[in-house]
Amino acid sequence: MAMNLDLQDLGDYIQDGLGADVERVDEQGGELTLHVRRDAILTVLKFLRDDANCKFKLLLDVCGVDYPEQAERFEVVYHLLSMPHNQRVRVKLRTDEDTPVPSSVKLFSAANWWERETWDLYGIYFSDHPDLRRILTDYGFEGHPLRKDFPLTGYVEVRYDDEQKRVVYEPVKLVQDFRSFDFVSPWEGVQALLPGDEKAERDDTEKGEKS
Amino acid sequence: MAETHIKNFNLNFGPQHPAAHGVLRLVLEMDGEVVERADPHIGLLHRGTEKLIEYKNYLQAVPYFDRLDYVAPQNQEHAFALATEKLLGIAPPPRGQAVRVLFCEIGRILSHILNITAYAMDVGAMTPMLWAFEEREILMEFCERASGARMHMAYFRPGGVTRDIPDGLTDDILKWCETYPQVIDDMESLLTENRIFKQRTVDIGVINAEQCYDWGFTGPNLRASGIAWDLRKAQPYDGYENYDFGIPVGKHGDCYDRYLVRMDEMRESLKIMKQCIENMPSGPVRVDDRKIAPPPRGEMKHSMEALIHHFKLYTEGYHVPAGETYTAVEAPKGEFAVYLISDGSNKPYRCKIRAPGFAHLQACEFVSKGHMLADVVANIGSLDVVFGEIDR
Repeated sequence: MAMNLDLQDLGDYIQDGLGADVERVDEQGGELTLHVRRDAILTVLKFLRDDANCKFKLLLDVCGVDYPEQAERFEVVYHLLSMPHNQRVRVKLRTDEDTPVPSSVKLFSAANWWERETWDLYGIYFSDHPDLRRILTDYGFEGHPLRKDFPLTGYVEVRYDDEQKRVVYEPVKLVQDFRSFDFVSPWEGVQALLPGDEKAERDDTEKGEKS
Repeated sequence: MAETHIKNFNLNFGPQHPAAHGVLRLVLEMDGEVVERADPHIGLLHRGTEKLIEYKNYLQAVPYFDRLDYVAPQNQEHAFALATEKLLGIAPPPRGQAVRVLFCEIGRILSHILNITAYAMDVGAMTPMLWAFEEREILMEFCERASGARMHMAYFRPGGVTRDIPDGLTDDILKWCETYPQVIDDMESLLTENRIFKQRTVDIGVINAEQCYDWGFTGPNLRASGIAWDLRKAQPYDGYENYDFGIPVGKHGDCYDRYLVRMDEMRESLKIMKQCIENMPSGPVRVDDRKIAPPPRGEMKHSMEALIHHFKLYTEGYHVPAGETYTAVEAPKGEFAVYLISDGSNKPYRCKIRAPGFAHLQACEFVSKGHMLADVVANIGSLDVVFGEIDR
């Protein structure tokens, strides 16, 4: 029987229903997050869509997030909405540049373009996607612009060339460097090391070794 | 007789077509006059908004939201303001909330006027646009009086709105609320029972409730298929639970119902605006926290503290505690949401914009398949696509 569960119970219920496919359930600020195994994403989405206590029939969004410092750098985030129960849930999984994520287009037609966008902007590959082309960037664009290591200004710029009578691509030329300000305040937070601080510590240990 | 092989005809629709509503390039595969396949090419207006926001502080991100769905900028700002407020753990004062609701509904009417009239023009009716754009101009003047800008208001800030509305503005809006229903009636007399308009829209682009779920439809397009779902009712924000208004619902999910739903939504918006003005609370419009909202000009002339706060706010901005939120509002076109991830610094780590038009446009092939070429135009018009938000 379907009933209205509050967020904590819903999290426990999903965890029970899916077992090891769900690695962790978080609740933060009234929003439920499921961390799932990458290979199990289709099982999880199918359960969330069809189970009577879930009924998350609307896939609202699929997007990527980039954490370059972590081993599996990308996170793929799905947002689902259940209208009968008036609940939202967020499903997350991790992947890297080379590992494909099973495509959810078979379960939700709406996933098609969201996954194309994620592929375009992050280079996260979705296996079994019917039509994984670039979507937002230019025809013939190279690179994945929302990765943290992609520069804000990009690599090429376009202009109309009057002699060739067509639009030409050229390497980006900036009159002024992009200014990125450092807002770390030396007055806030003791962990702030000023340049040169590390020398004070090294001196004692290294002197002994050298002599 | 030898069998002749007939090849399907490929047609490029847009990006410079007046019915393409901006910069849509639609590659159509036609079997005679019937659409076999429709492949929308988007991204011609891609400006990298999400990337830019990652390099700006939270306040500087606000104007980017104006430029997403540029026919109803307020509603986009609202989503970002709510998301940031949620991470900061603050709430705007009651007057700030009421002013926001007032301008959100103005935004809704702005968007619906543009959609209905442009859509009517796509299927052959010129007059609605000429009549209703006069009203749109009046609404934009209201926006100008409140914020200084006709369209890109940058008025909703995290913590409230930039400044209080000027004296007399609410009276003028209230007067306009009395006269506008007449314009809606006039438009209805032109369109609702118009034979040509009905021939072009009734039973065109039908999508039922289950298909709507599958394609991620929200907003008026979903309601036209008979589902009474409105975030203002279901998950109210900024005091929408205190207003008395209805949710117009369609029956057939065709182009005609989508038009009717938008027409009725304008009337409901007027109800909200009236209630909002009648019960407008007094007091501040922005949180009284100098770490988030700047001090008044006058105070800066004699208080060193205020001057420092002002300087810090407009150079460094505020640091938002680490966390993440998915905050959605009922924008005129559907569920507009911001998925904001903060790493504790003064810039968003990730700001994903969930645009309703993106989901609606991808269903374009689904609703157009098997229809005539001219119906594609009606479909695009009724789905209400604006490329600012789709291409981001």
